[in-house]
Amino acid sequence: MIDAVGEPQSVLVLGGSSEIALATVEALPRTRLRRVVLAGRPSAEIDRAAAHLGALGIPSVETTLFDAADTGSHGAFVDGVFDDGDVDIVLLCFGVLGDQAEAEADPTKAVEVATVNYTGAVSVGLNVAQRLRRQGHGKLVVLSSVAGDRARRSNYVYGSTKAGLDAFAQGLGDALVGSGASVLIVRPGMVRTRMSDGLPEAPMTTDPEVVGSAIVQALRKGKSVIYVPGPLRFLMTAVKAVPRPLFRRLPQ
Amino acid sequence: MTAESPLMATDNDRLLTGWGRTAPSRATVRSPSTYDEVAEAIQEAGPRGVLARGLGRSYGDAAQSGGATVFDMTGLHRFELDIDSGTVTADAGASIDEILRAIVPAGFFVPVTAGTRFVTVGGAIAADIHGKNHHVEGSFGSHVVSMLVVDGTGHELVLSPTDSTTKDMFWATVGGMGLTGVIVEATFRLLAIETSSMSVDTVRCHDLDDVMARMIEGDDDYRYSVAWIDSVAPSGRGVLTRGDHARREQLTRKQVDAPLAYATPALPSAPAFIPNGLLNSASVRAFNEAWFRKHPKSRSNEIHSIPGFFHPLDGVRDWNRVYGPQGFLQYQFVVPDEAGWIVERTLSRLRDAGAPSFLTVLKRFGPANPAPLSFPHAGWTLAADVPAGNEALAPILDELDELVAEAGGRLYFAKDSRQSPSMVARTYPRLAEWHSVRDQMDPRGVFTSDLGRRLSL
Ligand SMILES: Cc1cc2nc3c(=O)[nH]c(=O)nc-3n(C[C@H](O)[C@H](O)[C@H](O)COP(=O)(O)OP(=O)(O)OC[C@H]3O[C@@H](n4cnc5c(N)ncnc54)[C@H](O)[C@@H]3O)c2cc1C
Ligand SMILES: NC(=O)c1ccc[n+]([C@@H]2O[C@H](COP(=O)([O-])OP(=O)(O)OC[C@H]3O[C@@H](n4cnc5c(N)ncnc54)[C@H](OP(=O)(O)O)[C@@H]3O)[C@@H](O)[C@H]2O)c1
Repeated sequence: MIDAVGEPQSVLVLGGSSEIALATVEALPRTRLRRVVLAGRPSAEIDRAAAHLGALGIPSVETTLFDAADTGSHGAFVDGVFDDGDVDIVLLCFGVLGDQAEAEADPTKAVEVATVNYTGAVSVGLNVAQRLRRQGHGKLVVLSSVAGDRARRSNYVYGSTKAGLDAFAQGLGDALVGSGASVLIVRPGMVRTRMSDGLPEAPMTTDPEVVGSAIVQALRKGKSVIYVPGPLRFLMTAVKAVPRPLFRRLPQ
Repeated sequence: MTAESPLMATDNDRLLTGWGRTAPSRATVRSPSTYDEVAEAIQEAGPRGVLARGLGRSYGDAAQSGGATVFDMTGLHRFELDIDSGTVTADAGASIDEILRAIVPAGFFVPVTAGTRFVTVGGAIAADIHGKNHHVEGSFGSHVVSMLVVDGTGHELVLSPTDSTTKDMFWATVGGMGLTGVIVEATFRLLAIETSSMSVDTVRCHDLDDVMARMIEGDDDYRYSVAWIDSVAPSGRGVLTRGDHARREQLTRKQVDAPLAYATPALPSAPAFIPNGLLNSASVRAFNEAWFRKHPKSRSNEIHSIPGFFHPLDGVRDWNRVYGPQGFLQYQFVVPDEAGWIVERTLSRLRDAGAPSFLTVLKRFGPANPAPLSFPHAGWTLAADVPAGNEALAPILDELDELVAEAGGRLYFAKDSRQSPSMVARTYPRLAEWHSVRDQMDPRGVFTSDLGRRLSL
């Protein structure tokens, strides 16, 4: 349970090596936190993340195998985690950016991005939602992106997967009203992590720590959608209003 | 959408919280109308288990259980007064409110009442509630003669504190927070009264030391005693009210005409929506000032009504909404006499947090009873309502927990919504003993609550 003063006891991270996820877990109040499950593909990064969280004094930090693209395994995987105890917060943080030009040249690359970011998220998201409803409480945090607010020439494959994911998460949040569980949609702008490494910085680029503490604040306040940083909400409202012929010609 | 969607809400789905309106969870609520229905539902319990709920007056997550089947016990509320033995035999869902309305005119009073009469008999036993008379008469469980409990296998057990084969189960259920079984019926002893009036002595005390000194000195002379503390004033000034049921000769001629008349005034409810933060230090300061001044400096043998003396808050329905959507919690601890300084420290730390409280109550407890999880033991108990949305609160309460634990004190499960499992393990030393009786009564682990899961009970 997340208690009356907002302290969680257990967290599941889907995309266990994600830098945004790690920063979020670090920003959570920790006095009641006793179990963190980092789910992802085996890597040095996920082990490092587990060691780092362990060193913060969290009593149980496990890593467990989870591949977003392997949707057939998601049911058993989610059951396994929830059968070991209630999960208060699920961070759905996996995702790949992909390379737009490469995807245009080799559409199977685009399919990979879509499979992880959208199909995989829908699959694991529904499995998680069932278990959250069954336990009658819990928060699912979905890492969407401003890239889904308006598709851009330079990364519309990625952007379209986030648009789909965002729409899915909105609907799922509505479906869960009254279930005790809820969905928080997070729409960051560009964040300085491995994913954006080497790309030119967009306006309002921020750090994973900023996203992490924004997520923790939003959970405390019971919000359902946030932009990070907050003012991006207004910028994106403007961006969405730009007519397409003009938008195409803007620097991407 | 088809009816089979596992995400679809069912007709019996309810989001439940305690009186503090924090941390809701969804449960399937059933309203059993017979004891057999309770037993059947326990036998058919799913993996998330079952839990009994009374009137939901516990503040935190004791009477809720995410994903479980929760029995709304209030549909089972018959009761019978046995005038000869001075006892009541009641369904567990009967409320103290309805029982009082029947027994006061017959010359009886409940052995223990909380600060609200809207608690059920089941809730009173499961939390082993205490009243203003704890220092002389102990808690509710000490007045229970026997009870009928459906255990985790669906069997009805008759439990009695005097029967050597069932007394361990009896005491594990008293204060057991619904986790040993569902109480369906109980018989408890009443207090005979000559009148429905209270004879009350009131003293306004200029600071906390004054309050505490007077309580140590004089509480033993009274059946009922409690102090309201002005939590905003650094002095810790307060109003001490003590008294007993009035005897006939204490009534005026007019009152004597109907010495046992009992009426409960119905007052307006609090507005449904109140923004967070309305209850701030300034508004509480103004309220407390008015409340302090309202009381006479010192007055003896004043005649009060039962509701006015025991249940003043019941005059405003749904007053728990004044704390706004983020809700509130009540911090209640007991510490031994020698650690009385923790009372002062708590008040000052809550002031530091800017956590205003208009309901802050201090009382002295008498000795504990045999129930392993019963809260009261000899010493000071302080209860303070505070808004849960205050971000400074969590670390301050943890710091106070540490002092309470160090001093050999503990927190009250019926009020708790945030303590840690390790705090419980440290401060309820008879937890293991309780576990072994609980495991015997509920071998399948059917009884679950959010409180139980949160605290690893
Ligand atoms: C304004 C106010 C003042 C209060 N003052 C006091 C006070 O002075 N002293 C005091 O001790 N408490 C006080 N309380 C707390 C209250 O007395 C207890 O929380 C009591 O348990 C509430 O009874 P309920 O019927 O509402 O039970 P609920 O809150 O519904 O349930 C409380 C617990 O009892 C269990 N339970 C309920 N029914 C059954 C049953 N039939 N079988 C098994 N388990 C059951 C539940 O599972 C839960 O664990 C106060 C509360 C309020 C709101
Ligand atoms: N960084 C940004 O600018 C930005 C902006 C907006 C939104 N976001 C979103 O925020 C989320 C977190 O990103 P981040 O910035 O923290 O980047 P990150 O550190 O690269 O994290 C991405 C995570 O996704 C995991 N992942 C990729 N494919 C997977 C698969 N098939 N199965 C399981 N896990 C897989 C990665 O695991 P491996 O280590 O195994 O690859 C990694 O843990 C993503 O959804 C991203 O789209 C990021």
